[in-house]
Amino acid sequence: MTIKVLERILVVIPIMFGVTICVFFLMRLTPGDPVDVMLGGASYVTEEEEQALRKEFHLDKPLHQQLLLFLSGLGKGDLGASFVMRRPVTEMIAERLPATIELALGALLFGLIVAIPTGIICAVKQNSIIDRTSMAVAFLGISMPGFWLGLVLILIFSVWGHLLPVSGRITYGLRPEHITGLYVLDSLLTGNFAALVNSLKHLILPSITLGAILAAIVARVLRSNMLEVLRADYISLARSKGLRETAVVIKHALRNALIPTVTIVGIQIGVLLGGNMIVETVFAWPGLGRLVVTSIFASDYPVVQGTVMVYAFTFVIANLLVDILYTFLNPKITM
Amino acid sequence: MDEQVQEGMVMNVNLYKVKLKIWLMNFSSFLRDLMAHRAAFLGAVIVLICILAAVLAPRIAPHNPFQADSLRLRLLPPFWARGENAFQILAKLGKEKFSYLLGCDELGRDLLSRIIYGARASLLVGVLAVGISTFVGVSLGAIAGYYRGWFDNVFSRFADLLLAFPYLIFAIFIMAVMGPGFSNLIFALTLKGWVEFFRLVRGEMLSEKTKEYVDAAKVTGQSKFIIIFFEILPNIIHTVIVLATLRMGYMIIMEASLSFLGLGIQPPTPAWGSMVNAGRAYMLNAWWVSTFPGLFMLVLVLSINLLGEGLRDILDPRLKID
Repeated sequence: MTIKVLERILVVIPIMFGVTICVFFLMRLTPGDPVDVMLGGASYVTEEEEQALRKEFHLDKPLHQQLLLFLSGLGKGDLGASFVMRRPVTEMIAERLPATIELALGALLFGLIVAIPTGIICAVKQNSIIDRTSMAVAFLGISMPGFWLGLVLILIFSVWGHLLPVSGRITYGLRPEHITGLYVLDSLLTGNFAALVNSLKHLILPSITLGAILAAIVARVLRSNMLEVLRADYISLARSKGLRETAVVIKHALRNALIPTVTIVGIQIGVLLGGNMIVETVFAWPGLGRLVVTSIFASDYPVVQGTVMVYAFTFVIANLLVDILYTFLNPKITM
Repeated sequence: MDEQVQEGMVMNVNLYKVKLKIWLMNFSSFLRDLMAHRAAFLGAVIVLICILAAVLAPRIAPHNPFQADSLRLRLLPPFWARGENAFQILAKLGKEKFSYLLGCDELGRDLLSRIIYGARASLLVGVLAVGISTFVGVSLGAIAGYYRGWFDNVFSRFADLLLAFPYLIFAIFIMAVMGPGFSNLIFALTLKGWVEFFRLVRGEMLSEKTKEYVDAAKVTGQSKFIIIFFEILPNIIHTVIVLATLRMGYMIIMEASLSFLGLGIQPPTPAWGSMVNAGRAYMLNAWWVSTFPGLFMLVLVLSINLLGEGLRDILDPRLKID
């Protein structure tokens, strides 16, 4: 088992290396000279100043040296400096990360809380009205563009209903003391009730928007896995032993149906990460996704490069963790 | 000797005639299944209507989608939400009360006309991105699965590398590097889009090439090219068709997401994603500008998915959910 896990971890290393090289070279394909972009065509800049800038960002060196500098920097956790902000990219990412993590956790929580009971009930009551309606809604969920769902939710709950805020993470001035950077958690830890309610209200719509597709997919997959498991012989055995139906469903069926579902959740992490950019744009959520999109329009290449790598690494590592979890859940599987 | 060759050719021709007949029979039974599958049939009908609307856009669009008839029509509400003010404007312009059915956008352009034209962008991107991905993925996957060796190794590792990026992030990154534009958009979507087809066909090829009919084809002296593309591929093409249909809806959403972020199709070309984005600023007093393009996209993607899942039920029951 440990060897299998180690093997799996070893496979990840060349992929991460490949991702790094890939991102580095693709970024160099961008049309236009980065220094020109930085200066925005300002005419009062002298040739020496331009050269100094080139030196500062190592743009005067040949490509292979730039790559080596980049890789050695990466080893030290240094992703270079932003063209626009003149700050380390890692610092900017670290600042934005808690917002993105909070949103991702909110979406995951919403998705699973909706999907797991729905999947179970639909399987147990197959072809009932509840089953048909839920599956129709889930089908709608997988066909819905995330940005549009977000806007419709804003329209209904904020513009027309005045129930929830339109955008942002928290009302200005209410920000809780910084501990983890997750506002909900921080306000809980500091006992700041006003901040807790406020940040939760801000979190609801973005989490639903991002979690909806996850909920739809997981509910569909869990339902079909449950249906398959419920037909198995050991379920008939459990029933004939006189076990209560809830015990049969929860203890015997759900546990086994969840195993293949875990893989699907793993695959969906990519959807969650990509959707994150869209949702953060719709709700003006100050996370990583916003950072990438604004940096693209500002031609701030080091930030784009660093953030895309963080996204790819997160995705690879998340998939690795899901695979490992899967082996522990189901020892029959060889990775 | 000549006679033998001739005889063989006649046999071959007859064989292909029989194959064609079987194929036609299968196709008509497939059409019957499709008609019987209500959801898939409904999806197919709506998709067909959308395609027709997109093709005939210049004929059926009631107004010019690129230019407003009058700036006074800015943010004109849809017909059921019009007040006195809107009617006065329409009367002054000499228009009927119900013209501009779905209202107008922030520049006074007819929303319905722009939505009809927007279907062109969505469908074109969907068809091209999926078409190229399928072609590249199937060809490479078939060769990699049949020959294995270095070819398989190189492309499989490349596929693994591409799989390390979440799709939308990869596409955003490529668009950021290459800049917006139609051909760049297709390139960004297909650069990763072929991977799924590659893996599907490669896997099917691995199991299919050990079967007896492949040995039979080898014995009759058919070339490898014929064996791969005319003997094996027709037997696995139905799974490819199912995947391609299901990916179509996804590609349309991807294009719209990129256009929404301002990285896809650029204004003034009407595209649903950028229309939703443009309307965001007017959400408070003109909800329709953002809502309707998205609603039409939802209907199209939903229909494509209905058709796709229906095709899966009919063509590939193995993959059926439940």
